[in-house]
Amino acid sequence: MDLAIDVIDENKKTIVKLSGEIDAYTAPQLKEKLLQLTKIEEHKTIVDLENVGYMDSTGLGIFISALKSTKENNSSIRLVNLQDRVLRVFQITGLDEIFTIHTAIRGGNE
Amino acid sequence: METLKPDAANYQSLLKHYIATQDEHSLYGAEQITKQFIKNNIPPEEIVNLHIQAMAALYPDLPEYFRHSMKFLLETMISYGIAHQEYHTLREQQSELKSEIAVAANMQDTLLATTKPAIDGLDIGVVSVPAHQMNGDYHHFVTGEDGSLGIAVADVIGKGIPAALCMSMIKYSMDSLPERTMRPQTILKNLNRVVERNVESSMFITMFYAQYLPADGKIRYSSAGHEPGFYYNARENRFEEIKAKGLVLGVDPDTDYRQYERVLHQGDMVILLTDGVTECRQGDRFIESEEVLDVIARFSHLQAQDMVDKVYKHFERLQNFRLRDDFTLIVLKKEV
Repeated sequence: MDLAIDVIDENKKTIVKLSGEIDAYTAPQLKEKLLQLTKIEEHKTIVDLENVGYMDSTGLGIFISALKSTKENNSSIRLVNLQDRVLRVFQITGLDEIFTIHTAIRGGNE
Repeated sequence: METLKPDAANYQSLLKHYIATQDEHSLYGAEQITKQFIKNNIPPEEIVNLHIQAMAALYPDLPEYFRHSMKFLLETMISYGIAHQEYHTLREQQSELKSEIAVAANMQDTLLATTKPAIDGLDIGVVSVPAHQMNGDYHHFVTGEDGSLGIAVADVIGKGIPAALCMSMIKYSMDSLPERTMRPQTILKNLNRVVERNVESSMFITMFYAQYLPADGKIRYSSAGHEPGFYYNARENRFEEIKAKGLVLGVDPDTDYRQYERVLHQGDMVILLTDGVTECRQGDRFIESEEVLDVIARFSHLQAQDMVDKVYKHFERLQNFRLRDDFTLIVLKKEV
């Protein structure tokens, strides 16, 4: 299955909307996009996972690299709209405690 | 080229015959010559050259444009021949690499080998099967001087060779820890620092570490983001998820791990696994963790080794004998 990456650029903020599955095959393109965004000083990246039904551990690795990159570049990354299966992967690995995760993109978080 | 000479005469006569008759036999003869050429590694431009010479001998008055066109084809075939040669070299290199990887995989097996220990009153079953040539799952048993048993189950993310190499690092870090630091939370804290320092940023390791103390039937455990195992309570005939939370190894160097404790009673079981088990798929559908439990429960009356073998066979069959991920399942059953 493929992964579609839609990018909506706003002022100092980018929403990355993903649809499909994140696995070893689709991960490289996502990695490139996220690292490119998180390298911009003070940039905010919001990843919308509403249409992602499956993510394997390769996907986690990519989010971890992106998080490390935000720390080096004083930028930020936020994950929103996670489906239960994907959220569970973050919970099992304890990563839900070091990532900013919201289950809804709207509702005055910004 | 010496080997070409008899073929050159043969080619010319076949060609002559074919031009005159267009008969199938000449084509068959040409096919035989081709086989000979392939066997002798004759590059394609040599064959074109053969054709040019044969034509010149048969028809001395060939028009100039035809001769130019053949020269053109010859030049074209030279670059084709070079590419073809490269392809062969690559194929050879690939097969060399393959056998080197096989050697590495073998070595890895030897390095990471662990023996299932014999502990009085504890029945242990283990199955660990790699999806590819090298296993990114890892399990290890270590018996302490005080008679306690340490059990590590780990999964490296990434797969394949880098993951497998990473496992050797983990194994040697664990071996070098002094025995008095055998407590699960201390081991994970130490390993976390090793992994954080030595592994690239998108790679990480999940590990469940348990320590069984036979004298009081107690098990202590900590988890570094590892797929939760299950606990079987024999008296209540009930499975439950082992809840142990902790961050995966290699992400944050200052992480502390919580340690949990539990007393096992007769017939109780501890089931440890990697996500190769819970991420089994049947076609496009995932196997839910309740189903994994159902299968485990179905075979739980068996001896531990028999039980894990049966569970593995079940899932292997569901996935049409093609694992997507390394598969490791360990069962500890308290006998008395």
